[in-house]
Amino acid sequence: MSNVNCNVRDSRQPLHAARAWRFEPCGDSCIVVVFATVFSAEANRRAVAFSAALHDLQARGLLSGVTDVIPAMVSVGVHYSPYACATLYPEWLPYDAMVEVLESALTQQQSLPRAPVKRLEIPVCYEADCAPDLADIAQACGMTPHEVIAAHTAQWVDVLMVGFAPGHPYIGMHDPSLSLARRAVPRTLVKQGSVGLANCQSVIYPSDLPGGWHIVGRTPWAMFSPANQPPCRLTGGDQVRFVAITAREFAHLARAQS
Amino acid sequence: MTIKVIRPGLFSSFQDTGRVGFQHWGVPVSGAMDQDAHALANLLVGNPTTAATLEMTIQGPVLCFQAKALIGLAGADLGASLDGVALKPGHAACVRPGAVLRFEKPEYGARAYLAVSGGYVLQPLMNSLSTYSRGGFGGLDGRALKAGDVIPICSSFANPPRLNIPPGLLFTPRPGPVSIRVLHGREWAQFSASAQQDFLNEPYRLTAASDRMGYRLEGPGLALTQPAQLLSESVTFGTVQVPAGGQPIVLMADRQTTGGYPRIAQVASVDLPALAQLMPGDEIRFSLIDLPTAQQLLVARLRRLEKLEAAH
Repeated sequence: MSNVNCNVRDSRQPLHAARAWRFEPCGDSCIVVVFATVFSAEANRRAVAFSAALHDLQARGLLSGVTDVIPAMVSVGVHYSPYACATLYPEWLPYDAMVEVLESALTQQQSLPRAPVKRLEIPVCYEADCAPDLADIAQACGMTPHEVIAAHTAQWVDVLMVGFAPGHPYIGMHDPSLSLARRAVPRTLVKQGSVGLANCQSVIYPSDLPGGWHIVGRTPWAMFSPANQPPCRLTGGDQVRFVAITAREFAHLARAQS
Repeated sequence: MTIKVIRPGLFSSFQDTGRVGFQHWGVPVSGAMDQDAHALANLLVGNPTTAATLEMTIQGPVLCFQAKALIGLAGADLGASLDGVALKPGHAACVRPGAVLRFEKPEYGARAYLAVSGGYVLQPLMNSLSTYSRGGFGGLDGRALKAGDVIPICSSFANPPRLNIPPGLLFTPRPGPVSIRVLHGREWAQFSASAQQDFLNEPYRLTAASDRMGYRLEGPGLALTQPAQLLSESVTFGTVQVPAGGQPIVLMADRQTTGGYPRIAQVASVDLPALAQLMPGDEIRFSLIDLPTAQQLLVARLRRLEKLEAAH
């Protein structure tokens, strides 16, 4: 632990480079690595890239004591076992030992090329039953429903994080024209596959859930299946593009799925 | 080699040490609410502490054993009797085929754990047998027990291991408010001085609107110095978050993976088992400790459990 190679770190990081992260304890068994205090696409990408690097180390058995790594909007939560750390590094406070491990992983990661981005086109039906809020969204954004669909399907957008419920992705940022607040009154039930829109972001409800986002469309795809390996179609850092399909295609794909 | 469920009890579900390593897909950890009692029940029958136990809440079940078994009980005393003979927490018993285990009267504590030697035969999902009932997966069909369920077990002809349970490891009721140690939460500094004082000096009561996901508490309202817009971030077992209403919620085993409410405190992991045993209406007093102390206490507690495991 104590022989973290400072020379290597110095040679890879210019002296003037500001430390762009900080460590914060979140209780006695979790550290949050914070990359920014306000949202930016860059901070989100750094959080996602760091999380991917940690998952890679974990898969290779090089991250003893770490139990969960969770990328969020501009931070990464690292859950760890103080007990395992105390056994591995008896002379260190478990928190300090874990900070050293993460600091070293961050420094090494700086010199690695960014992993290729996984891209996925997601079929979405924007018709009638699938899109109960499309007219409201169009009105709130001062657009026609067709313009809303065009803006929503125009770009590749980032999966910012997965959270709230199993397999529930936050996707963004869309074109600024799709900026509207969440619904004043949340729905008690949103159907599985529904695509919610608010604040230039989209979510996909992986199962029937309560929810406060405007429903712009619905995908026939199952986003989360607990028995699958992996259980979730999307991970933070992936990119998606929504592709409009007809109600007929929706029915067909939904049948093929089940 | 099965157990038949005659009566399911209020909420009985299979739990283990949790579904670890899947939180980045939004999958809650789940697992036993009282990890100490869960571990102890397993150790009483010679199982590894990672084996699943049946977590029984307040009103326990009535179970009929259809095979020979060795069982261990720990945690709350829910008034268990085996064929009419009392079975206290911290004890193991050999069960003959046809024997009936009843939980009839909650004496103290909220959650009891039943282990069978060799374990329950269930399908692991994402490396765990823990039940996540909100998501409908894990354990037995992703739900709590219901009458008529038949649970396959490994029949055991083993004798119970000799265990000398050190004091403090077995849950015992104490009169008066329960003392729970906490650390500063991520947004502690954003709460008003009076909120910080109230939280540490005034009693908070566990409300009936509490479950495996979260404990809703009732007490002096907790206000921020100014409204905060927070970005979603990791939360943990024991995060004390404060939604706009000002009444704190402690996140428990089935908590969501991320959250966006201000967090005034974090319950020290060593005190989570005590929290898991609270009943609605029980009073809590929070006291502040620092991170090194919390980690030392937790490590010491787990070392005692490990010693116990190594002893047989």
